[in-house]
Amino acid sequence: MPVRSSGFVRQGWPLAVASFATLAAGAARAAEQTHGESGEGASFPPFDPSHFASNLFWLAITFAVLYWLMSRIALPRIGEILEERAGTIGRDLDQAAEMQAKAEEMAQAYEKALAEARKNAQGIAQTARETGAKASDAQRHATEAELAAKLAQAEATIAKTKTEAMSNVRGLGSDIAVAIVTKLTGQAPSAAEATEAVDQALARG
Amino acid sequence: MAAGGGIDPIHQFHINPIVELKPFGLNLSFTNTSLWMVIVVAVVSAIMVYGSSQRAVVPGRLQSLAEMVYEFVASTLTGVMNKEGMKFFPFVFSLFMFVLASNLLGLLPGSFTVTSQIIVTAALAVLVMSVVLIYGIAKHGSHFFGLFVPSGVPGWLLPFVVLIEIVSFVSRPVSLSLRLFGNMLAGHIALKVFGGFVVVLLGSGAVLNYAIAPLPLLLAVALTALEVLVAVLQAYVFAILTCVYLNDALHPGH
Repeated sequence: MPVRSSGFVRQGWPLAVASFATLAAGAARAAEQTHGESGEGASFPPFDPSHFASNLFWLAITFAVLYWLMSRIALPRIGEILEERAGTIGRDLDQAAEMQAKAEEMAQAYEKALAEARKNAQGIAQTARETGAKASDAQRHATEAELAAKLAQAEATIAKTKTEAMSNVRGLGSDIAVAIVTKLTGQAPSAAEATEAVDQALARG
Repeated sequence: MAAGGGIDPIHQFHINPIVELKPFGLNLSFTNTSLWMVIVVAVVSAIMVYGSSQRAVVPGRLQSLAEMVYEFVASTLTGVMNKEGMKFFPFVFSLFMFVLASNLLGLLPGSFTVTSQIIVTAALAVLVMSVVLIYGIAKHGSHFFGLFVPSGVPGWLLPFVVLIEIVSFVSRPVSLSLRLFGNMLAGHIALKVFGGFVVVLLGSGAVLNYAIAPLPLLLAVALTALEVLVAVLQAYVFAILTCVYLNDALHPGH
């Protein structure tokens, strides 16, 4: 309720001032009375007003010096130290996180390189296997071809020998036929007739 | 302290001038109170200024102590007043350290307790309330006196409530100063009384009294531990109440 409270604030002003004034006046009167009594007999030292001025004077000086030292030198400096430490710790943590990220990155790169190398190795092995297979195939083909050639040559030699032998057999046959005919008939056939007869016989099988 | 049976527990509070200074008829002598105020400021400065002079990222012992106190007071202050209360940090910190060092150094044998002088605690309390009043009025003008007018009170009751609020506000510096003064005074008197018992019992010459003399000694030891607690606690109470009152200056509305 802002309206009502501001109204009472206006009432409170003189009331507060009046109460402070009466309080101050009362305190001053009390101090005077105590001061008057302090001369007679030994009073309780903390209540002895003869030392009040000196105590207040030196308290003001010492407290002012303390306040000046604290507010101007000690507290700003300690505040700076604490801030700097918080900064340093934060910075160190950031750095550590950065390093960790870097290390993770490096580990990933390593893993990647490893996987690539493995794949490469597989490729190389495959190629080697294929090359080896091709080479051995080629060798096998060459050997086979060589063997086939040798076989053909051998077959040719055999055929040639056979033909030679056969022609020899014909010559021999005609000679034997001439001799047999001569013995049986006493008449020698011509060589051409004998050869023809042998050929006919050979043809018959 | 007087010899024999005349042990005066009040003797420790006597103020003795060291250097007489009386300008214009005013007694501004440098006394044992003044000396211990200077020692208090020197000790606090040694910890806070010298301790932080290394500016080490990894702190040493003294710097750790300085940082610990700094963070303790800062967290106490922000706990009551949030971040915007940090403008009062040097003031609250100086008050806390002055009271704490006075209380603790006062426990050293042969020392003088600055905070056992009611004029000192009263001056500190008046300083706090002056800061509250001056800052409150400078920042909020007449709205500051809304502090005495709680909202939601029926109109016919309001004058009484305002009166009670004003009385409670005016009694703040009184309670603030008397609490600290009373705690320090009573604690030191109790310590001196129990210590005096030991001396009286041992000085009496009776064998039975020798036998019971350790009892008050034990109590004095226990009381010393309690007084250390009270010394720290009262400094903390002084600081946190200062924060609460300063918070009123920041936010006078209820």
